[in-house]
Amino acid sequence: MLIPCPHCGTRPVEEFTFLGDAAPTRPTTNDPSTMEAWYEYVYLRNNPRGAIEEYAHHSGGCRSWLVVSRNTETHEVFGAVPARDFTRAKGAKA
Amino acid sequence: MTSYRLDKGGLIDRSTALRFTFDGALHVGHQGDTLASALLANGVTLMGRSFKYHRPRSVITAGAAEPNALVELREGGRKEANTRATMIELYDGLVSKSQNNWPSLDFDVGALTSLASSVFVAGFYYKTFMWPKSFWEKIYEPIIRRAAGLGTASKLPDPDKYEKSYAHCDVLVIGSGPTGLMAALAAARQAKRVILADESSRLGGSLLNEQEEIGGTSGYEWTQGVIAELGSMPNVTLLPRTTIMGWFDGNIFGAVERVSDHLRVPDPYEPRQRYWKIHAKRAVLAAGAEERPVAFGGNDMPGVMTASAMRTYANRYAAAAGRSVVVFGGNDSIYRTARDLKSHGIHVEAIVDSRKESKADAAGTPVLRGALVADAVGGKAVKSVHLADGTHINCEAVAMSGGFSPIVNLACHRGKKPVWDAKLLAFLPPDNGEAFTVAGSAASRMLLSECLADGAAKGAVDGKPITVPKCRDEAFAISPLWWVKESHGKAFIDYQNDATAKDLPLAAREGYSDVELAKRYTTTGMATDQGKLGNINAIAILAEATGRTMDEVGTTTFRPFYTPVSFGAFTGPFTGHHFQPVRKTPLHDWAEEQGAVFVETGLWMRSSWFPREGEDWLASASREVLNTRGAVGICDVSTLGKIDVQGKDAGQFLDRLYCNTFSTLAVGKARYGLMLREDGIVYDDGTTSRLAEDHYVMTTTTANAAKVMAQMEFAHQALFPDLDVTYVSVTEQWAQMAVAGPKSRPTLQKLMDELVMTDESVPYMAALEVSIMGGIPARLFRLSFSGEHAYELAVPADYGSMVARAVMQAGDEFGITPYGVEALSIMRIEKGHVAGGELNGTTTAGDLGMGKMVSAKKDFIGRMMAQREGLTDPNRQAVVGIRPVNPADRIRAGAHLLKQDDTPSMKNDQGYVTGVAWSPMLDMWVGLALFANGRARHGEIVQVWDGLRGHRVMAEICDPMHFDKENKRLHA
Amino acid sequence: MRYNVFSLIKNSFSGHKNWEPAWRDPVPQKEYDIIIVGGGGHGLATAYYLAKEHGLKNIAVLEKGWLGSGNIGRNTTIIRSNYMLPGNNPFYEWSMKLWENLEQDFNFNAMVSQRGVLNLCHTDAQRDAFARRGNAMRIDGVDAELLDREAVREMYPFFDYENARFPIKGGLLQKRGGTVRHDGVAWGYARGADSRGVDIIQHCEVKGIKVENGKVVGVDTNRGLIKCKKLGLATAGNSSETAKMVGMRLPMESHVLQAFVSEGLKPYIDGVVTFGAGHFYVSQSDKGGLVFGGDIDGYNSYARRGNLPMVEHVIEAGVAMIPSLSRVRVLRSWGGIMDMSMDGSPIIDKTHIEGLYLNAGWCYGGFKATPASGWCFAYTIAKDEPHKLNAAYRLDRFKTGHMLDEKGQGATPNLH
Repeated sequence: MLIPCPHCGTRPVEEFTFLGDAAPTRPTTNDPSTMEAWYEYVYLRNNPRGAIEEYAHHSGGCRSWLVVSRNTETHEVFGAVPARDFTRAKGAKA
Repeated sequence: MTSYRLDKGGLIDRSTALRFTFDGALHVGHQGDTLASALLANGVTLMGRSFKYHRPRSVITAGAAEPNALVELREGGRKEANTRATMIELYDGLVSKSQNNWPSLDFDVGALTSLASSVFVAGFYYKTFMWPKSFWEKIYEPIIRRAAGLGTASKLPDPDKYEKSYAHCDVLVIGSGPTGLMAALAAARQAKRVILADESSRLGGSLLNEQEEIGGTSGYEWTQGVIAELGSMPNVTLLPRTTIMGWFDGNIFGAVERVSDHLRVPDPYEPRQRYWKIHAKRAVLAAGAEERPVAFGGNDMPGVMTASAMRTYANRYAAAAGRSVVVFGGNDSIYRTARDLKSHGIHVEAIVDSRKESKADAAGTPVLRGALVADAVGGKAVKSVHLADGTHINCEAVAMSGGFSPIVNLACHRGKKPVWDAKLLAFLPPDNGEAFTVAGSAASRMLLSECLADGAAKGAVDGKPITVPKCRDEAFAISPLWWVKESHGKAFIDYQNDATAKDLPLAAREGYSDVELAKRYTTTGMATDQGKLGNINAIAILAEATGRTMDEVGTTTFRPFYTPVSFGAFTGPFTGHHFQPVRKTPLHDWAEEQGAVFVETGLWMRSSWFPREGEDWLASASREVLNTRGAVGICDVSTLGKIDVQGKDAGQFLDRLYCNTFSTLAVGKARYGLMLREDGIVYDDGTTSRLAEDHYVMTTTTANAAKVMAQMEFAHQALFPDLDVTYVSVTEQWAQMAVAGPKSRPTLQKLMDELVMTDESVPYMAALEVSIMGGIPARLFRLSFSGEHAYELAVPADYGSMVARAVMQAGDEFGITPYGVEALSIMRIEKGHVAGGELNGTTTAGDLGMGKMVSAKKDFIGRMMAQREGLTDPNRQAVVGIRPVNPADRIRAGAHLLKQDDTPSMKNDQGYVTGVAWSPMLDMWVGLALFANGRARHGEIVQVWDGLRGHRVMAEICDPMHFDKENKRLHA
Repeated sequence: MRYNVFSLIKNSFSGHKNWEPAWRDPVPQKEYDIIIVGGGGHGLATAYYLAKEHGLKNIAVLEKGWLGSGNIGRNTTIIRSNYMLPGNNPFYEWSMKLWENLEQDFNFNAMVSQRGVLNLCHTDAQRDAFARRGNAMRIDGVDAELLDREAVREMYPFFDYENARFPIKGGLLQKRGGTVRHDGVAWGYARGADSRGVDIIQHCEVKGIKVENGKVVGVDTNRGLIKCKKLGLATAGNSSETAKMVGMRLPMESHVLQAFVSEGLKPYIDGVVTFGAGHFYVSQSDKGGLVFGGDIDGYNSYARRGNLPMVEHVIEAGVAMIPSLSRVRVLRSWGGIMDMSMDGSPIIDKTHIEGLYLNAGWCYGGFKATPASGWCFAYTIAKDEPHKLNAAYRLDRFKTGHMLDEKGQGATPNLH
């Protein structure tokens, strides 16, 4: 599998460390009423068979956290963006 | 006996004489031979025994799919079991042995199993060996295990070397027959970067084996011209002896180049094999087609082989499979077989064509149309064949052809299934798009002209096409021919595993009719050839038995590896001491001078203790502790993770990472920090110091240094991207040493350029940038893991050993000693400081007695989940101290704790001992434990239950701090 | 027809033409009392114990592929009960006890072979952790032995003791651990369930779950609607996708684990051994192949196939442990999809929907659990409450903070 790192170019999968689905968003408050949202953020996953956007750390390269678009059934990789941009874009949408 | 070596022809160098042995007998062959061809030429046809019935076996093929002629090659640490004689290039001094027989290949007692073969059908072992129950492991299974297996593997280390390599290309061509050569040429002439790989010792593929004509010359001559052109082009890499063994995601191909397997030993500095990961923008599979055997009685007898194998032995290796031959099949290739054999002076008794009609040219050989070979007759060699109609023909060998199966394996490695073509009687490769196309006979093109054209087209794609040379075509037509039911003898489908044609209908009758179940039940396709020869026949028989079409039955999954790969190829050079890198601290040299014994800690080598004459580890560590607590000691703590954090928001960032607060830390001070995971469990601890308003230096545990760094990067980039902060690991840039003990201050004072060390200038938890030894920049921290008045001194890595020596010199008058991680560990347990045994990934801040550190005023990683009832339950196991009631008793880490009078059971389990040390200060073993509701139970007497080591003592639960509870020494 | 040496010989006289099918190929009925989704080891075992232990009839097992095509057919065949936590240990020991009587129980030789499972340690900290684990086993009557380096050397003299990057310091041995012929387990349970009236329906894919008024009423399949009163999901690897049919999100990710087999060899290694300084474990099948594996590839996957970096990683560790493996050849690799749960432990529980039960989250430890998982899941379905052996495998434990985390890795599925 090859990952198109936005900084380093296309690099082999062995340079990356994966952390799973990037869809869950960390709640922004510590209000006790948000416990359910925190539980879902930490524990529940869509775990899709098919398209996923997932965190990958270029741990053996530039050390950027990326969000990689990939298919979990075919392992086809569609692209990768810096996690920072992904988070900001998600924040802007929210 | 050399009468099976043809007088002339073949791609062998008759001027060479290569001596080799098989089962101790000395033979001679030529350069260009394989072990199989050399054995055949020497009249040796008995080469192996089958798996279950120990049937005598010879070669069935001349290539990679060989299931029968497997030998133990070489000796000692170089011995390789199950090596295909058809793929072993002959070299002078080759030593080989047959396998799976006793006492000898010729007289094998194991063959007695065939007497009971009517019982030993597919899956028989699932139905028996169940009574009496105790017999399975004691009697039945040991017998089965000894009888099973094939060759014997060496148990000695491999003396050879291996390499790993990456390659990138525009076009990878797999296979160098007519299709592959044309594909490579077409791509290469467009200036593409081309890699051409072939598993054989020479490029040329089937053109080395066959009598063909291309461009007005022989097929062989034509290959030489093309190979010369390719070899002269800088954009082309030719990889003979290289098997592409798997196709993986990203169009990455795994390959193994057998660099030295054709030599007795590798040349100096050369690896035995080289493992390649090839990233190809585009690849063309031109692997050819595998000829199918026909299932008839005795189709495994030495002398019976595929027709193409027999042609190859004659054409390429000048070796005759027999002096008289019957050729049997259901397609036109049997006619060319007869012609080729005849051209070499081998007598062809008859062509037995299962079809009633064919237009092919028999060139004078008698043809029996609509006839079937039912049984080969003989024993260890074919003597004759019986036809289904009762005809009897004497012969020494049988060439058979059931048809041709495109070698689509690689094209199916990423999950797509091949598609049955009822007209071509072949499974065609699936469509994998432009990135990996299949050409030539691997795509069921049966004419040479089609292969050349297809290779040229698929090598070029949309580039400029190249001229396809003219060639002579052999007509090709085929009818189904799978299983001759008139057979009396066993008709084998999977040769090596002794699966017969009758096993498949049996499997279907018993409910194992799905092709995957039939495979597993009968073991068809599970031998070392992975069904290359037998699977299509098996599918056909299963289809007939269950009234389904070939498509409905389908194939089993094609999995890597195309052919078996040595473990060594995958390891490359990463073996023995080089399995993983070694990390040495900047103080390693100094520690070595001091006589340190090192211990593996992750990748680090840490100084563990510094023994003097006659001391064991405990004596040494105890002395180191006494010396440190009594005067002064120095310890290398460079392995602790060190992360430099800078920026306007550095403090805020650390507040998010740690459960306690760092933004309020004064410049010039250090603070102990506790980091949680998002699930509320403690992740790591360490001290972090503030060197300037916007500059912190953080330390982590040795074990978690890399993980914490990754967590910080995640937190910053993915969670809090707007914080203005940067950070970098400086673990390797700074040497760090703890200098501990009542004389630590006067010792270090001598190194200071200007600083006058007092409690005011360097208070407890101070963190200062200082200059030492005439201008070396250093960081001085007043921190203590030992519980003593102590410092940590950090200097740029290159100064490390020099500064450590200077500290030793400065402390000499006080009797300074180096101490290692053992002494460190003793002192931390004496002081009740937590470490890896307690920070085990399941404990909370509360469990560690640090609940009060957890801030309620800010957001930080782990804050919310830490509040769950399961993590705040007072009955959770908390860190306590433990010491034996009788000071002479020893307690051990890993022992469990029970109430005083409870019987041992999981239900009564109260916790366990996380770490112990012999305390030289207290003159007894003391420990730390995780103990249910521990902090409320100090003073309770418990059983320390160590059934594993047959040990039980009584101990008292106490405060974790065993020594100097008031921390007087810290401030002394 | 009972399987034994006499029936085998008797049938050999008739050319083995008279064997009954090991299971029927029934047409699905319109309705069952209980449907189990997933004809793998756990699903088949569940059906078997529902019929055998609870006397229930009118049960179907629906399998989308062929019988045993999931992880029961693609694991490394190891059984052991060397667990540490109170919620795990009794469950796995019960599984071991069921293994020990399994073949006589279902009259099928699955080749349960207790040749020992040895975990190697290479540091003092690992040895302390093994002592903790070994004592947790012993305290509950499970066999365990702590070996020193010389005892390990006596068992396996050809491991690397002299030239190793991470020298072997000892090991934790469970002699009752071992291997079982994995396909035989599926087939034995299938035959046993079938003979007790369970309908095993292959190539029947569940496409939807019908729920009415908070109660499960049936499943939509590629062979039509099949009604049921109770529905048990045993679709490990694919659990999240199955649970989505009722709108549930599960605390797990699917990951691919590769496994490997070498060419057949004469007896080379007797028991199961795991390396402690890298991801590698190995045993030798009765057929002679070295069956080995290591870690998951690390990225979410439903593909049942992995990539080369993990192949290299596993095999490097293998040769580090046993240098002579260098010249042995690996024949085949394959992949299975694991439900990697958030604490490394499974779920056997009821759900918020009446009549719907969940068996999931086995990570890569599901094979050894097969008998107890089936047994406990059958109990949970039959009695509508968990048995005390699976009382810790609750779905809500993550919400309440009662995780069962043997490795201490937290909510990071690919680290378990």
